[in-house]
Amino acid sequence: MKMDLILRITTKLLIPFMLLFALYVQFHGDYGPGGGFQAGVITAAMVILYALIFGLKAAQRVVPVSVVQFMVPLGVLVYTGVGVYTMFKGGEFLNYNLLGHDRVHAQEWGILLVEIGVYITVSGTMTAIFYMFAGRGR
Amino acid sequence: MNPFIHELIAHYNQWITIFLMVSGLYIVIAKDNMVKKLVGLSLFQTSVYLLYISPGKILGGTPPIMDPKFSVYSNPLPHVLILTAIVVGVATLALGLALVVRINEAYGTIEEDEIFARGEEE
Amino acid sequence: MEALINMVLLTLLAIVTIGVIRMKNLFAVVILSGIYSFLMASVFIVLDAVDVAMTEASVGAGISTVLLLGTLYLTKSEETEPLHKPYVALFLAAVTAGALIYGTLGLPPFGAPDAPIHLHVANRYIENWKEETGVPNVVTSVLASYRGFDTLGETAVIFTAGIGVLLLLKGRKSPGAETPDMQAEAVAARAAAREAEAEADAEDNLS
Repeated sequence: MKMDLILRITTKLLIPFMLLFALYVQFHGDYGPGGGFQAGVITAAMVILYALIFGLKAAQRVVPVSVVQFMVPLGVLVYTGVGVYTMFKGGEFLNYNLLGHDRVHAQEWGILLVEIGVYITVSGTMTAIFYMFAGRGR
Repeated sequence: MNPFIHELIAHYNQWITIFLMVSGLYIVIAKDNMVKKLVGLSLFQTSVYLLYISPGKILGGTPPIMDPKFSVYSNPLPHVLILTAIVVGVATLALGLALVVRINEAYGTIEEDEIFARGEEE
Repeated sequence: MEALINMVLLTLLAIVTIGVIRMKNLFAVVILSGIYSFLMASVFIVLDAVDVAMTEASVGAGISTVLLLGTLYLTKSEETEPLHKPYVALFLAAVTAGALIYGTLGLPPFGAPDAPIHLHVANRYIENWKEETGVPNVVTSVLASYRGFDTLGETAVIFTAGIGVLLLLKGRKSPGAETPDMQAEAVAARAAAREAEAEADAEDNLS
């Protein structure tokens, strides 16, 4: 795929927009369709597209394997961290109402943080799985 | 209207769901190729998504994103349950495919009968 | 109109499924399953499940297809004819289908607003969203807030599956795996099994 000019240039043009769309889906999930799962998968698809066109080595220079593997447990930790934090504030596990001064704000903070946790785990896991399959070699 | 056509329109979603479901079941039992078995398993899984989403629909309703212009919304609860099921489905599919790759490295084949034949030989 | 589009898409789904069953080339099967996922996403849009449609399109048609193609690259792309005839499987599938179709006759018709599913907890989510969460997309608010424990468990499942794949595929291949010798051995063993089966059949016919 090294010489395919059209594919390489189109991919380079597309990738920033894919990342932007993933972030839009992530942060606009409260008002339209979307959320952490979809945004995570779109981000992983961006990395996969880059790896398919420019090769696995180039993709792993941009998004190293170690970072991806670190993201797999990090998202779960962010999620449970929100729950444990609300326990320290004196409530139940994942009781978002303690995160802000009024109920609606607190709920929005809770949903935002939890969705970020989901996003980190999903994008990290999907990319890690792809790296494993692609790096196995024949 | 003819009572059969009436039943057909009322239950078409469920009947197609059942067809997809038993197709997945058939592939999993009858085919020996493990990649095909996993595709069959995901057909089965997807039919379950349809089974959950179909009854949540209200004819004339809109997606459950609140807006003062609308008053009839489809049921959001099945959507939530299936949203999570889809991502879990792809994670388990990846795990199954990883096992297939390892089996291929150990036995040189992904056909179940060939693996059994080798097991009997040894 | 909604019901009509829905029925057309569902019929296409059934046709694609028959293709998946009959195809022997696994590349064709994988591409058909991608088409299946896109059709399923369209059905979800008609059924008002926009979040689910988005996930199905990106996960089912995107990531799953890439992973299946990656597996085919590492293994083989042609399916061989199974040794056994599929009558038992066909019988089981037919019996299951019959029982399930009999069960559907008592269910409420498609799209009815007074079905029991709509009279329960869903109304609370739709009526109280403003005071309780302030998030207009009810699917997001139920996912992350009302049912936050579910989503936590499911994030943990993804984490576990990721760890499983890493454990299975990380590191070097063991030496000597998947040599041409082994493939030849597998084919020979298969031929022997076939012969044994044929002999057994012949004996059955004689007696």
